[in-house]
Amino acid sequence: MTAGGAGRASRPPAIGPEQVRHVARLARLELGDEELSRFTSQLASVLDYAAELAELDVEELEPMSHPLPLRNVLREDEPSPQVERDEVLAEAPAAESGRFRVPRILSEER
Amino acid sequence: MSETSAPAGWELVVGLEVHCELATRTKLFCGCPNAFGAEPNTNVCPVCLGLPGSLPVLNRRAVELAMRIGAALHAEIAPSVFHRKYYFYPDMPKDFQISQYDAPINRGGRLELPDGLVVGIERAHLVEDTGKTTHVGGTGRIGGADYALVDYNRAGVPLVEIVSAPDIRSAAQARAYAGELRAILVATGSSDGRMEEGSMRVDANVSVRRPGAPFGTRCEIKNLNSMRSLGRAIEFEAARQAEVLEGGGTVTQQTRHWDEDRGVTLPMRSKEEADDYRYFPEPDLVPLAPDGRWQAEVAASIEPLPAERRAALHRLVGGEPTPAQADQVRSVVASDLDTLVVAACERGAPAPLALVRAANEVAADLTRAPDLDPDAFAKLLMLEGSGELSASQSKAVLAELLVGGGDPAEVARRLGFEPMDRGALDEVIAQVIAEHPEDWARFVAGEDKLKGPLIGAVRRATDNQADPAAVARHLDGLRAARA
Amino acid sequence: MSPSALELAGAVRSGERSAREVVEGSLRAIAGGDHAIHAFLEVLADRALADADRVDAAVAAGSDPGALAGVPVALKDNLCTRGVPTTCSSRILAGWRPPYDATVVERLRAAGAVIVGKTNMDEFAMGSSTENSCSGPSRNPHDHGRVPGGSSGGSAAAVAAGFVPLSLGSDTGGSIRQPAAFCGVVGMKPTYGLVSRYGLVAFASSLDQVGPLGATVADVAATFEVIAGHDARDSTSLRAPAPDILASVGEGVVGKRIGLVTELVDGVDHEVAARVREAAEAMTAAGASVEEVSIPQFRYGLAAYYLIAPAEASSNLARFDGVRYGLRVEAPDVAAMNVATRTAGFGAEVKRRIMLGTYALSAGYYDAYYARAQRVRTLVSDGFAYAYAKFDALLGATTPTTAFALGEHTEDPLSMYLSDTCTVPASLAGHPAISVPFGTDRAGLPVGIQAMAPALGEATLFALAGALERAAPGAAGGDR
Repeated sequence: MTAGGAGRASRPPAIGPEQVRHVARLARLELGDEELSRFTSQLASVLDYAAELAELDVEELEPMSHPLPLRNVLREDEPSPQVERDEVLAEAPAAESGRFRVPRILSEER
Repeated sequence: MSETSAPAGWELVVGLEVHCELATRTKLFCGCPNAFGAEPNTNVCPVCLGLPGSLPVLNRRAVELAMRIGAALHAEIAPSVFHRKYYFYPDMPKDFQISQYDAPINRGGRLELPDGLVVGIERAHLVEDTGKTTHVGGTGRIGGADYALVDYNRAGVPLVEIVSAPDIRSAAQARAYAGELRAILVATGSSDGRMEEGSMRVDANVSVRRPGAPFGTRCEIKNLNSMRSLGRAIEFEAARQAEVLEGGGTVTQQTRHWDEDRGVTLPMRSKEEADDYRYFPEPDLVPLAPDGRWQAEVAASIEPLPAERRAALHRLVGGEPTPAQADQVRSVVASDLDTLVVAACERGAPAPLALVRAANEVAADLTRAPDLDPDAFAKLLMLEGSGELSASQSKAVLAELLVGGGDPAEVARRLGFEPMDRGALDEVIAQVIAEHPEDWARFVAGEDKLKGPLIGAVRRATDNQADPAAVARHLDGLRAARA
Repeated sequence: MSPSALELAGAVRSGERSAREVVEGSLRAIAGGDHAIHAFLEVLADRALADADRVDAAVAAGSDPGALAGVPVALKDNLCTRGVPTTCSSRILAGWRPPYDATVVERLRAAGAVIVGKTNMDEFAMGSSTENSCSGPSRNPHDHGRVPGGSSGGSAAAVAAGFVPLSLGSDTGGSIRQPAAFCGVVGMKPTYGLVSRYGLVAFASSLDQVGPLGATVADVAATFEVIAGHDARDSTSLRAPAPDILASVGEGVVGKRIGLVTELVDGVDHEVAARVREAAEAMTAAGASVEEVSIPQFRYGLAAYYLIAPAEASSNLARFDGVRYGLRVEAPDVAAMNVATRTAGFGAEVKRRIMLGTYALSAGYYDAYYARAQRVRTLVSDGFAYAYAKFDALLGATTPTTAFALGEHTEDPLSMYLSDTCTVPASLAGHPAISVPFGTDRAGLPVGIQAMAPALGEATLFALAGALERAAPGAAGGDR
């Protein structure tokens, strides 16, 4: 397959282990070495399949982020029932003083 | 306005990002109360907790308030789309934040400061707030804590983020911008604008450059919880960057935290990976496209803005305002006393006098000011304006009116002030002119510096009962008649 | 043959049978047979019997017990049920009890249906075989060595095994239709926006729809009527008039223009293709005018789908971080805890899709992958628009093959994804589609015919589905 002419995107480069590791970090997943190499080849094969889209001349088409032509779906500013704190916190892995408890946070920046 | 905040030889460049909480009853995407100070995790539901299966539905009132802010900032209200901004943090229930990205509801705009400086507005968009994290134990530093507790009451509260252009050149201008923006938020009913309660939060993007040079590398300063810290942080940061550059170093683009106690900005501990927010259109919401009719309704619902109210007072005074009058106008509008001033002037009170008394004596007693009867205020100002009461007498009567109301003339009598009637004042002035013919002749010939001694003589002749301003007007009138 | 859902509801409504008796029958069938099928993750015997008693009390009191009175229903485990574990077949949600019911669950209950259990699925609805379940695969009732399809494999198998007459599934790229085809039952994906997604644990929000599976087209139509309708809690819910669909099932296809989609015949296994052609002939015989139509854009649907769905999923699944609910694997700081929890809590396929989606949305790749896939989505919709200018409905295979063997595709994700190639186009366009059983292959495995209609074309869709059902080999009055 060759990259198309004007209006067509060139085929993105193949994904490698370093990128897979980076993506795993972004997604907050840890991959073992064996898993990393398996995922790299599996993702590469899916992306290779998806690369056929790069052949298409679709730049003129609007991206479709939604199947519906809906606009301005709004609710009135009226209170609706909350859920009981006890019911919610009962599902929490850890809670204290009416709040969700988590291990310390190292990053100050978000 | 003070321009002392830039280090010598450097120009300060500041852009501000202001987050304000909208004054809605409920949250942005669910019907939980938007309320400050509730017990932790009591204003929550599946939506604002981000429970699996829950879906957001946009609050109409939040959209309207955002449009009001846009209208007040002369922004273009545009069709907009919500995006997901993706990052992991425990106070983010979904680990993404629903925000507006490349299609914000308000695009462009400007904010005119009281001194006339116009600051460009890049955008003012809707975004949901996060929950609140409390760090427990350890050293007290965030990273040194033993663990953290999370309360999601604030998660999903509607915010508008107002991003200015980098048009601000001093700490004083930054404060003036924040103050004017706050006044607009309050005037439009969009937000209570309380910095102490966190309903208005300011981040400052600060850089320095040699005058005329391209923009320098900026740092974003967070945790500016008061006007005072805003000014101090900008001045500190500008000095820090100038020192780095003068020492041959380079400024690193980073986010810094303002430490109010130590009076310094410090780099924030950042995450390992670089930011990659992976914005994409929020598929659980549909686009927002307010039509012309809705926009017109919103525009019509906006009360006059501070800048318009100031302009109205300037028109009352007429002519070019003195610096003192400009200050009085700002103060009167900031204290919401302009309706009183306008009412008094409509009843015949002299505008300059109404401004002075409102900006000083009335503004000093804002708890009682709302009860001040505009009729009584107007009468008092007319008594003072005509010279029947001196300035000090007028102030004393005004103090009584603020406390107990009543008729100004009666109050004046009760206080033992002998109002000088116009006839009596005319007589005294005629007598003084007769006693000081040379001074009078030179004054008539245009020597203004002789006005003071003449006024002084009149006041001495009346045991200081005569009001100097009234005497001055009188003298001016007599001179005009002779000319 | 066991009675249909509508027959059961009729008997319960008339007092001829009690709901308790009907529900007990269902619970007995599950207890007797599910060890071999593993359609259920959780059977709610006590709750179901209590609900059945309430239905019986309503009948006794003379009040309307609802259109599905006493009908046992199984729910895919990605539909939130208050106080009842809702796990999406994932370790990360093990034991999670939502504090609320999904809108579809409320509507089923209000119609008198009795929820007897939660069914097995591919983890977070990602898969086409129900093998990606943390509690092990479900099996195809027609051949226990084969998969029931997925991701709503448990819901399809529960109906095919006769445990329940009805179930709900969710369909993102074919997850109702494909298992319905593999299991020989009817499965329908509604027009996007007709059924509320509130309380459906999201996989890919712009594609997900809840839909019914059942033994008959009429049962599926009746269930669709119950669960469809505007819901203010879902911003993507359509304010369409309440669908009146059941009547259209018997309407027939006389004068209807039906397109046989070349791409959904030529590209599939020859035995499946043979059934599809027979179905087309049968529709001609039933009075429709059937013509072949090529929609070449369909060819790109699958690639677009496998970028869009993982991208949305990567964001929808970010919230599973060990903070508020579900699994937590402890670690010294919160970021390490997130990583440890997600690494232990998600299965391999979910991780793959999260990675794929994260990559497709990440800086520098968004335009090449995600944005481009969205434009291709428009292209596919344009393909449909072209076809629907000429046809009232479209016909093709639901799946490229009949049910495959357990383990056949688990090592090669892409080969598994190809199983969705026929169902993905209608998903991308947001159109309604249904799979109706139509004969078998030589091994006796069911073949599904897929009918598709334009958005909000459910009446046409069910008319065609009803005609297919009546014409299917072995059907009463059928021609074979």
